[in-house]
Amino acid sequence: MNNAKKSPAKKSHSARRAKPETWDLRLYIAGQTPNSISAIANLRKICEERLQGRYRIEIIDLLEKPQLARGDQIIAIPTLVRKLPAPVKKIIGNLSVAERALVGLDLQPST
Amino acid sequence: MKKVHSANHSRNTFPKAATGIEGLDEITGGGLPKGRTTLVVGSPGCGKTLMTMTFLAHGAMYCGEPGVCIQFEESADKLGANLISLGIDLDDLTRRKKLLVDHVRIERNEIEETGEYDLQGLFIRLGLAVDTIKAKRVVMDGIETLFAGLQDQAILRSELRRLFGWLDDHNLTAIVTGERGDKMLTRHGLEEYIADCVILLDHRVTDQISTRRLRIVKYRGSSHGTDEYPFLIDDDGITLMPVTSLGLTHKASKERVPSGIPALDEMLGGKGFYRGSSILVSGTAGTGKSSIGARFADAGCARGESCLYFAFEESPSQIMRNMASLGVKLDRWVKKGLLTFHAARPASTGLEMHLAVMQKMVAKLSPNIVVLDPLTSIFAAGNSHGAQVMFTRMIDFLKMRGVTSIFTNLTASSGEGHDYAGVSSLMDAWISLELVGGNGSGPARILSVVKSRGMAHARGGRELIVKKGRLDLAPAPEEVR
Repeated sequence: MNNAKKSPAKKSHSARRAKPETWDLRLYIAGQTPNSISAIANLRKICEERLQGRYRIEIIDLLEKPQLARGDQIIAIPTLVRKLPAPVKKIIGNLSVAERALVGLDLQPST
Repeated sequence: MKKVHSANHSRNTFPKAATGIEGLDEITGGGLPKGRTTLVVGSPGCGKTLMTMTFLAHGAMYCGEPGVCIQFEESADKLGANLISLGIDLDDLTRRKKLLVDHVRIERNEIEETGEYDLQGLFIRLGLAVDTIKAKRVVMDGIETLFAGLQDQAILRSELRRLFGWLDDHNLTAIVTGERGDKMLTRHGLEEYIADCVILLDHRVTDQISTRRLRIVKYRGSSHGTDEYPFLIDDDGITLMPVTSLGLTHKASKERVPSGIPALDEMLGGKGFYRGSSILVSGTAGTGKSSIGARFADAGCARGESCLYFAFEESPSQIMRNMASLGVKLDRWVKKGLLTFHAARPASTGLEMHLAVMQKMVAKLSPNIVVLDPLTSIFAAGNSHGAQVMFTRMIDFLKMRGVTSIFTNLTASSGEGHDYAGVSSLMDAWISLELVGGNGSGPARILSVVKSRGMAHARGGRELIVKKGRLDLAPAPEEVR
């Protein structure tokens, strides 16, 4: 929808990202299970490749803090929650299929 | 909700957990299998959630067994308000750590799956909830929503198996609810995992008449009723009709109850009906059936007895007005609390539901006398074999309680007319009314006693006089004798 009445000069300004947004990621695990260990490794790899310098990962072990499972509606383990940028996204599984993980995080358009 | 003590264990060797649902604890010999999982199956709106919450609240309030509910159904969020009227205060129970509800939400559209996972998060939540309040009972309501929320069905199935094993290992008495399926009992075959006890709830609407039924499909290691039991959902929660083999064990009373019409008592061996007997008053339209029923109620109240009057054709005010014109003043008994009317249009629900409501009211009010006017209407609401069985139970139920009951029955034309569901054979006394003749002052209402078990009764007809300020019998006119 072309809106000729509004000043077209602003278009280029909004297209440019003002400042890089920090990604706030939370990974829920339950003890050092093989799935948890590989999820941590896979997540770190993705972040380093795609979000270098602008991400924060918080790992929550529900064996230590079981009361935190309710807040983010955690059922499956491991679950990665993208708190920021909005909207909240959840990816469950050990993130072994990088492509799916990237789609889930909105780092790559769905094909 | 009533406190239900766990029933005797003579036939049932393992312990049971009372549900607090009247009737259900009766037919299961005390409740659900303790320390095991029960599957409750039904279509949406059939009462699953109400049933499970009653089970939890009863445990928490009366059995010293706190309960956890993992609630997957979003529609159950507003349940709390409805439960208040049943005397279940979810908030209060939650504050006192007797009950804990954890709502599980799975937003399919914000979840992506990649790689392996398990449902340890759910286990952790359940485990935490159980530990927090030292729960003995658990409900997993709507767990099948997981099938819509998660893609990997193989993982889900193996995790469900692990979950039910976990419940068993922790010796928790649990209910898992499932949606009714087409090919299988439940949509996702939960019955495959839960083998100890399966209860099916059914809500059928046939010819716009709704009937709720409960059936115990399976109860391993325990005897249980196998029928379909009608149940009610109303202001008191769920009530299953207590129909366990009433049989013919009632004690026949020798006491007599006057009918309120001395001349009729005269026909009945001089003293009236037997207390606790069932009396049928049949006749064509306008023969005075209702008047006899109402007069009987009036006489009972005058003796200080309580009476429950089921009106299925006329409103209570209409009945009271009509009867007042015959000098029978019923309103005073209503004011005194001796007479209770229950008026309903029979077509609104099925016969079984009517009988269920009636049985419940009788249990609640414990009347000495019941008038049902007319029987015809409720049988018109659905006349199946099931209806007949139910009605037989109703009569047995009244007899067990020593209630003297009058049932009026409209017949289409003179003679015996249609004998609905063979009711006349269930009756101890049968009074027939018909219009006879037509010369002079118009047709006469002729009353005769067709049968009256256990007493000598008068043969031949009498004329029933129904006019202003008077309801009485007179010798039958010459031409009809």
